[in-house]
Amino acid sequence: MTALAALIRRDIRIALRVGGGALIGVLFFLTVVVLMPFAVGPDLALLTRLGPAILWLGALLASLLTLDRLFMADHEDGSLDLIVMSRTPLELTCAAKALAHWLAAGVPLILATPVLGLLLNLDATATAAVALTLLAGTPALTFTGMIGAALAVTLHRGGLLLAVLVLPLSIPVLIFGVAASQAAISGPLAFGTPFSILCALSLVSLVIGPFAAAASLRHGLD
Amino acid sequence: MRLSGSGVRCVRGGREVFSGLDFSASAGEALAVTGRNGSGKTSLLRLIAGLLTPEGGSIGLEGGTGELTLPEQAHLLGHRDALKPALSVLENLAFWREFLGGEAFDLAECLAAVGLDHAAQLPAAFLSAGQRRRLSIARLLAARRPIWLLDEPTNALDTSGQAMFAALMGDHLARGGLIIAATHAPLGIAARELRIGDAA
Repeated sequence: MTALAALIRRDIRIALRVGGGALIGVLFFLTVVVLMPFAVGPDLALLTRLGPAILWLGALLASLLTLDRLFMADHEDGSLDLIVMSRTPLELTCAAKALAHWLAAGVPLILATPVLGLLLNLDATATAAVALTLLAGTPALTFTGMIGAALAVTLHRGGLLLAVLVLPLSIPVLIFGVAASQAAISGPLAFGTPFSILCALSLVSLVIGPFAAAASLRHGLD
Repeated sequence: MRLSGSGVRCVRGGREVFSGLDFSASAGEALAVTGRNGSGKTSLLRLIAGLLTPEGGSIGLEGGTGELTLPEQAHLLGHRDALKPALSVLENLAFWREFLGGEAFDLAECLAAVGLDHAAQLPAAFLSAGQRRRLSIARLLAARRPIWLLDEPTNALDTSGQAMFAALMGDHLARGGLIIAATHAPLGIAARELRIGDAA
């Protein structure tokens, strides 16, 4: 356990230092969402209707942006070799890395949501609903994205491949994340129905992600 | 403890690097792997480390610790030094000690042994190539592993650094450790030579 805790601490520390992934992701999220009202125009009703979708898209793209460094950085400097050789099971290591990535890059997105909700003319309930769906859904984005990151690790400039591999897997999360937010804002569906599916998607990816990532890392190392 | 390989065949990118390679090393012994560039020295170390799988033959360890696999009992000191530029020298070393586990050695002593004690708080980004190598060597001291797999270990080290590392390797062998080093330069310790590439 100390090994995993040490890994999580190290990854978070690196992400929070200058040039780390945490700030990049949240800045990108801010940029996308702040630009949206300018592009859509000053139609407040339209903004409210699009709000949850814009926030979700921003969060999805921001998490994709930083995911490719998840294993790439460790592969480039040789840390990944030592991690694979170590006594800690690779599946647990992958889960710990994804958790650290989510804490450093996913949580700031959720924390930024209330501020951005103001820009999109979302009231307090709607903002809370979006933040709650992001809290439930972003782990799924990280843990499925990790599979793509592990597959693309040995390729230079694997970022684009990562996006192509991961986007189809994130579509269900996006659909149910936005559906749950819309349900909370305007109905007619009950909030609980899409939200339960969103939670289920997260739980499934929590289980499958580490195993798939570990398997592709073992095969991909060269 | 005895590490041995028999009939090991290595294929990289569809090309045979070497085949029918036999080697063995026992506790307290150092094996210097030599050969021209591209003869497969690094590949051999990565095969032993379990990062590559041999196309043929086998590599095995007799008399190791309990249920641990060969890679779990080995340190790999490669070209890439596994250091994070954003973290300080001490943070880098502390991470590897905690992650690799085992006995807790005093980090300050490990850094002093490689002559980096004055730079403990410096971010690793500011280290010179030789200092980075010294910090990687400190990792071998911070977590104990009986088998050391070293890839050109003396690269970038100055003369005093080479002498320092030779002494550390000597200590490791005296403790019953085992060293397999791919090298061009003399290691500074008594080592049996394993030449690969020419015979094949």
